[in-house]
Amino acid sequence: MATQDTAAHEEYYVPEKSGMAISATIGLVTSIFGAANVLNDMTFGEPGAESSSWSILIAGLFWFIATLFVWFRSTIRENLAGMNSGQLKKSYVLGMFWFIFSEVMFFFAFFGALFYVRVLVGPWLAGEGDAGAMNHLLWSGFEFDWPMKQTPQEAVGGVAGQVIANNGEFVSPGTSMAFSEVSAWYKWLPLWNTIILLSSSVTVHIAHLGLLKGDRKQFNLWLGITVTLALIFLYIQYVEYYEAYAHFGLTLNSGIYGSTFFMLTGFHGFHVAMGMTMLLIQLIRSVRHGHFTSDDHFGFEASSWYWHFVDVVWVGLFLFVYIL
Amino acid sequence: MGDHHHGPAKGLSRWLFATNHKDIGTMYLWFSFAMFLVGGAFAMIIRAELFQPGMQLIRPEFFNQMTTMHGLIMVFGAIMPAFVGLANWMIPMMIGAPDMALPRMNNWSFWILPPAFLLLLATMFMEGGGPAFGWTFYAPLSTTYAPPSVTFFIFGVHILGLSSIMGSINIVATVMNLRAPGMTYMKMPLFVWTWFITAYLLIAVMPVLAGAVTMMLMDIHFGTSFFSAAGGGDPVLFQHVFWFFGHPEVYIIILPAFGVVSQIIPAFARKPLFGYDSMVYATASIAFLSFIVWAHHMYTVGMPIAGELFFMYATMLIAVPTGVKVFNWITTMWRGAMTFETPMLFCIGFVVLFTIGGFTGLMLSIAPSDFQYHDSYFVVAHFHYVMVAGAVFSMTAAVYYWLPKWCGKMYNETMGKTHFWISFIGFNVTFFPQHFVGLAGMPRRIPDYALQFADFNMMSSIGAFIYGASQLLFLYNVIATIVGGKPVSDEKVWEGAEGLEWTVPTPAPFHTFSTPPQVR
Repeated sequence: MATQDTAAHEEYYVPEKSGMAISATIGLVTSIFGAANVLNDMTFGEPGAESSSWSILIAGLFWFIATLFVWFRSTIRENLAGMNSGQLKKSYVLGMFWFIFSEVMFFFAFFGALFYVRVLVGPWLAGEGDAGAMNHLLWSGFEFDWPMKQTPQEAVGGVAGQVIANNGEFVSPGTSMAFSEVSAWYKWLPLWNTIILLSSSVTVHIAHLGLLKGDRKQFNLWLGITVTLALIFLYIQYVEYYEAYAHFGLTLNSGIYGSTFFMLTGFHGFHVAMGMTMLLIQLIRSVRHGHFTSDDHFGFEASSWYWHFVDVVWVGLFLFVYIL
Repeated sequence: MGDHHHGPAKGLSRWLFATNHKDIGTMYLWFSFAMFLVGGAFAMIIRAELFQPGMQLIRPEFFNQMTTMHGLIMVFGAIMPAFVGLANWMIPMMIGAPDMALPRMNNWSFWILPPAFLLLLATMFMEGGGPAFGWTFYAPLSTTYAPPSVTFFIFGVHILGLSSIMGSINIVATVMNLRAPGMTYMKMPLFVWTWFITAYLLIAVMPVLAGAVTMMLMDIHFGTSFFSAAGGGDPVLFQHVFWFFGHPEVYIIILPAFGVVSQIIPAFARKPLFGYDSMVYATASIAFLSFIVWAHHMYTVGMPIAGELFFMYATMLIAVPTGVKVFNWITTMWRGAMTFETPMLFCIGFVVLFTIGGFTGLMLSIAPSDFQYHDSYFVVAHFHYVMVAGAVFSMTAAVYYWLPKWCGKMYNETMGKTHFWISFIGFNVTFFPQHFVGLAGMPRRIPDYALQFADFNMMSSIGAFIYGASQLLFLYNVIATIVGGKPVSDEKVWEGAEGLEWTVPTPAPFHTFSTPPQVR
């Protein structure tokens, strides 16, 4: 009894029925089907063949996003109409918390891959220990360092010198993303991105403080600053990717260094874009509709949690992908 | 109170737009049974081909697709959704909640499943055939050498993961937030406890599976080299990521089964569950250990000796909490006033056969022994003892146990018992001989075998046909009950049953516990 207060037992709102899930399913499955066909056209299809895959993908995505818009709008309206009891609100809080935990585990898979490759696989491929006993047969001459300067394939003279089956050409980059020149530290973009993202976590917190004391001006201003910082972050990441492809020769095909670099920073960047969209929606809600009060603003709080999560992931990335 | 509580909507919209936990639970259960029949049909094809040595019915490429699809469909399409359906039906009723915490998301978690499996089944008709790389889809079989349909497989797995994560978040929120006043954590029925812990496992590992298939997708389409040594990656990396998901996954399948058995045995032994607290702690320990034992599936892949030893000892440790559970079930029955209705028969069958599966698991956990057993039919026998006699038997028990509460009608007991005995015999005739052929060296996933294995394989196949046919009897019994079973109206259908679900009318009304009950 002691664990639950009586206020938690107002009527729990259970919607009578809802077409949202079916609509979202149609959107999701259509886009997935389109996306799979786009990829298969690209990899297995005849070049230049006519295909409607892209149209299916875009139509599906449009449908899906429209559904999500309607879905979120109706939950917001339910809350404004006072249909959500304190207990129901707690369900949303729990839902968001465990969703973020699942996102953490998604990144964990990629960080795990990075550590496994750097600590174990690299040295083995270069002939270390019992597991490296095949080195002289398979990848003779391969030496491992991180960032990887040479793929095992290049060490044996390219695809032609490869003993095992070929599954692509892996060309290592001329330059890596690691910190190199102390004198030109200010040119090193990841540092700027770190500063930007860390400050954005602070600014979103200042916005929250403003909301808590009922200062809407402070809330709107600092939330706006946060969204702007997010945009700048994404722009810098775009510049960084452009440099990687155009000048460094660092691509997805650059062996495992490129793979882990782009997948980790890419998924992080995607999450930044998601978080930014979430915060932007909260900003629009506040500016245009005057939503949120000092004691009822979970839409914003959930987005800010997500934003802090994205920030923490970046700290991990900065340490393990860029510095160490 | 009652005026705004409508009954179910009419027609198709009741199901398409469902937000009611009972309706969604029902859809999960029927869908999983349909998948069980599809996966079962694939198993029949496998056993028909293996009836005699030599190639007679199907081509090896198709055989590979059958073993792959059988595994995928049974794990992701039959067993997991079946238990999610059971969770949907029972958890709110067991903790005195009006519904699941997030009803619309609940509907979405279900409705993305059927199209995902449609997509997966459709791959078999695509150019190059469906997935043929085993349900564990090891790279590079699933990357470099995969048919183009692998892209659809990957996205299908993404959708399944999404469904599981949303379903689990819903269960966690329901259990944490919607318990009736007085329903403290240590008063929750064990089925709720096991699902609560299972939900955490799912939230933790389904994203890792999503990561694994995403790496595959990138390797196939975008030239990354996660699983390619030529680029500095490692195919074994795939196995690590996969089994980091895969081992907790087998506990995701079996923990709710433990929960079901822990509900049913006390009811028919007419005694409270022995060692409730230790059951809870054992469940939590098993869940924790499941995260640090994954590489026992990979003893022969060439791990450093320290790794082999660590994973071996950690795996053996799981026998301790599992032993606690088996001990508790047996001591619950000890000197109980036992009767042997169909659910109880399936539960006793579970305890006996699951324990055999546990022991063979212990044999497999020993790294040096596993070098011989690895990828042999011994492994197949082992995991079918825990998956079929474990998960499927307990699921069957659950259906017989709660069916009267769900539809207000009693199933035919004689037919139920017949179903049990045919299942029990069919199952053992199928899988017990596989221990012997496995120990003698017959490899799994191969459509042909050496002549000395012929007799045991023929036995296996006959057993499989018997077991498969017995499921049709089950289907018939369930439908006959729903359509024309003998009505029951007692709130407590079973004399010895305890719990909140037995305090509501029979059949359970559309809405239960709109006002939470007070638990003493």
